Amino acid sequence: MKSRFTFLLSGLVLAAMQFALAQSGGLRLPKTVEAGSAFSIQSTGSGKAVLYVVGPGQVLRRNVQLGETAFFAPGGLHNAGHYLVLLVGESSTDNGAFDVVAANQPAALSFLAKPSRLPVDLRDGISGVVYVFDTFQNLVLAPTQVSFQLSGAAGAVQTRTVLTRNGLAWTKMDSEAKEGAAQFVARVGSVTGTRVIEQVPGDPCRLRVSARPAGQRLAVETEPVRDCSGNAVLDGTIVTFTESYKGGEATVDVPLKHGVARTEMPAYEGARISVATGVVMGNEIRWGKER
Amino acid sequence: MKKLLVIAGSVFAAIFVLASDQVAVRVEPTDSVGPRVLETQTKAAVIRDYLQAWRGLSGALEQNRADLLDQDFVGAAKEKLADTVREQAKLGIQTRYRDAAHDLQLVFYSPEGLSIQLLDTVEYDVQILDHDKLLTTQHVRARYVAVLTPTEVRWKVRVFQAEPE
Repeated sequence: MKSRFTFLLSGLVLAAMQFALAQSGGLRLPKTVEAGSAFSIQSTGSGKAVLYVVGPGQVLRRNVQLGETAFFAPGGLHNAGHYLVLLVGESSTDNGAFDVVAANQPAALSFLAKPSRLPVDLRDGISGVVYVFDTFQNLVLAPTQVSFQLSGAAGAVQTRTVLTRNGLAWTKMDSEAKEGAAQFVARVGSVTGTRVIEQVPGDPCRLRVSARPAGQRLAVETEPVRDCSGNAVLDGTIVTFTESYKGGEATVDVPLKHGVARTEMPAYEGARISVATGVVMGNEIRWGKER
Repeated sequence: MKKLLVIAGSVFAAIFVLASDQVAVRVEPTDSVGPRVLETQTKAAVIRDYLQAWRGLSGALEQNRADLLDQDFVGAAKEKLADTVREQAKLGIQTRYRDAAHDLQLVFYSPEGLSIQLLDTVEYDVQILDHDKLLTTQHVRARYVAVLTPTEVRWKVRVFQAEPE
């Protein structure tokens, strides 16, 4: 039973050790080991020794018998990196090195999507960056295909497929013409990351004001304020009405309510009434006859 | 000839050696580091903080003090190095990392400015001590991939991983 187990473990070890073994003095080492895989280190000679496997990511120490093979079970060394091997015997010391590389199977994504909120219809306005990690949080440096997909409220879907370079892939997407939440998904194999991007109306595109008498005053009101894609500009957006008349000027700031701004202003004969919001100017109207 | 001079001049301009604690630092030209322009000040800060991270790593692994990682590392990189410190302390092992030369290449600056990736072909010496007994000193040349992210006052290393050259 024991010999069968040893044989099985040997098979696993051989499968996990990628490429040729590296000979270093009295040590036979794998050149590379996949993170988390079983591996073995073979020594020559006789007597007792201490085997060290040392790197910034992990440290192992084991008492070994020279001339025998030291087996390291799966999971024993799971942090990718460069490892030094030191074998200290009673009368000799050997050393070598090997690399542990990330497992090729992606297990996690770090997905940075920005911004979380932006105006509609913005070219390359949304960026997505993905770092691909294996199950041990090692960056998977082998080129890996990442697919990005942005799907919005209007049903339009943008997709990009990017190959990772040095463990990362990135892309840029356009925001949609229609306001609403969009799902931004990054996928590597069966691993996905999802971010929600809020697409809000852009700047008002056309601003028009009209006036009518309201007793001794004027009722002024905008048409429904929309952006250039036809989305209603957000309620609360400030609209400024300015009335210029002989000898004076009156200004009223009004927030949009249900897409419209309305207020009352003094009714001066010949007054000019204009409207603006942000950097967008609307039309100008004249009330009555100029004296 | 003129073209040759221009190339030689740009290479010369791009290569500089910082005499910081006798660590030779060479930085590859960074005309393009992805979707975001890398300003000179940002580049200098990233390099400064990355080199400082090597000093932090060195101190932590030599003194077996995980707290020395706090200033320079964050996330998975910090957790892994802290685990190594704990393993070393448990085994009575210390390691001295002395970086001698860095050949740096900033390869990616993310569009939103939240991560920067660099490649470093680094040469360093490692001493391994077991219960204060020096066992070996080895010279290593390795290629590291690092990802740094900005924090309140500095860039911290979030991914720190050697890859086969």
